[in-house]
Amino acid sequence: MIKVDRLEKSFGATKAVDDVSFELKAGEVLGFLGPNGAGKSTTMKIMTTYLSADSGSVSVEGFDTEENAIEVRRRIGYLPENNPLYVDMDVLDYLCFVAQVRRLPAATRTKRLKEVIGMCALGDVQRKNIGQLSKGYRQRVGLASALLHDPGFLILDEPTSGLDPSQIKEIRNMIREIGKEKAIIISTHILPEVEAMCDRAIIINRGRLVAEGVTSELSAKAAGEKIVYTAIKSEASDVREKLAALEGVSEVTVRDSLAQGHNSFALKCSPDKEISEAVYDLSVAEGWKLTELHSEVATLEDVFLQLTKD
Amino acid sequence: MYNILAITKKEFTGYFNSPIAYVVMVVFLGIVNILFFNGAGFQGLAFSPGLFLRGTVDMRPMLTHLPWIFIVIAPAITMKLWAEERKLGTLEILLTLPVRDYEAVLGKYLASFLFLALNLALTLSIPYTLTRIGNPDFGPIIGGYTGALLLGGVYLAVGLFASSLAVEQIVAFILGALVCAFLFIIGNQVIVMQLPVQLGTLLMHICTATHFENISRGVIDSRDVIYYLSATVFFLVLTNITVESRR
Repeated sequence: MIKVDRLEKSFGATKAVDDVSFELKAGEVLGFLGPNGAGKSTTMKIMTTYLSADSGSVSVEGFDTEENAIEVRRRIGYLPENNPLYVDMDVLDYLCFVAQVRRLPAATRTKRLKEVIGMCALGDVQRKNIGQLSKGYRQRVGLASALLHDPGFLILDEPTSGLDPSQIKEIRNMIREIGKEKAIIISTHILPEVEAMCDRAIIINRGRLVAEGVTSELSAKAAGEKIVYTAIKSEASDVREKLAALEGVSEVTVRDSLAQGHNSFALKCSPDKEISEAVYDLSVAEGWKLTELHSEVATLEDVFLQLTKD
Repeated sequence: MYNILAITKKEFTGYFNSPIAYVVMVVFLGIVNILFFNGAGFQGLAFSPGLFLRGTVDMRPMLTHLPWIFIVIAPAITMKLWAEERKLGTLEILLTLPVRDYEAVLGKYLASFLFLALNLALTLSIPYTLTRIGNPDFGPIIGGYTGALLLGGVYLAVGLFASSLAVEQIVAFILGALVCAFLFIIGNQVIVMQLPVQLGTLLMHICTATHFENISRGVIDSRDVIYYLSATVFFLVLTNITVESRR
């Protein structure tokens, strides 16, 4: 388990991380969300012992990042922001170097190298210079070096930034695969990514933790209400009033007038009520023609925007 | 120790992945050999006569120039060691591996030292030539090479320190060369004469050139050796402090 406790870090006058606490439990994939410059990378740099905090602490399986940095480093795999790599080394040399410093036992080293190269599909390029590789391959080299010592925890700082859609998909699949057995924390500002990969998410803004919870919970929390969209064809003039009279509907707005006697409405309602059914029943009873009916709950994006607006 | 050697190996082999190493080698060997065999002159005036003009089988012409050549060669060898890590961002990779900061510093230093030693080893053709045309005195030759390694060691530590301060290699190079040149000339008579006696003597003790003169004459004095070693340690400690200060 990684425990981050009341972390604070300033650069000059700006507070990059302000009283951030959270936990990463074994076997979970945690999304670390926030706009650019919110303090995600700084937090991760402290977690990986690259920087030290002004106050507060981080412990990895009981080892403190300040007092026992080496033990902490042994237990984590880290993919820094922008995935820096030694561009003038070839892939295999680089991985061998990491394996050596990581003290992989000589007997199993070659086997493990092969395993990781296979897992990250680097077989074709292992003798190529890292500098000549495409971004997608580089990302896999970065991941391979982070996975080499089979760490219990992976800290990935924006692992998909700068990749094209198919590469993003590829990396996401890999992370999902790895996440089955390891605890992972992924920082990102791309929301679908969190919804796609993470069990739980924390949101940080201006160095402060603003929300924490299971991904679905977070969405529901922000929403508090559901919106039902419907379009109804009817000559009657009191459609809106009748919709507003439905139980649980707090407000009805006319979104658009599609044609004479054909309007689309947005119904704000409490999330626990099945308004769609009621709308249908009402239409049948009144003899309206229903041309559209769907409901939306607030997405993580709505939560994010709501929590991080200034 | 294991980590130090792993880093040394990576950095040393890394030299041969970039053209800079070959440029450094060619420039170094070229200058050393030209100065030794041909000498340096200007409009018919030989400031430093070469082997054939001198007519003596010793290594003086090379050894007297070596500290000057090192002023540019040593920082060129060390300039990338930290600056490039910082520029590429790989510092974050290196220093989050289970490696202590001092191990990284020593590993890199050792790699640069090996590379300098390799360069020096390639100049052994000069004493070999001497043995073919006469009977050179090996005392000053061995002393000269020992001194060159010791002095080069100091300059490399200076260069490594400069590299740890810089993001751009070229800045590291210029800064390193300036500090090396400064350390080399502060004990010069012309400067020392203008200063109060105590300060002048102090500068002469700090100066890398005064200590080199003894050694290149073939006299290996423990005081000189201790001076070079402690200067090296001093700059390595400074490097370590800079690397740690990131936190």
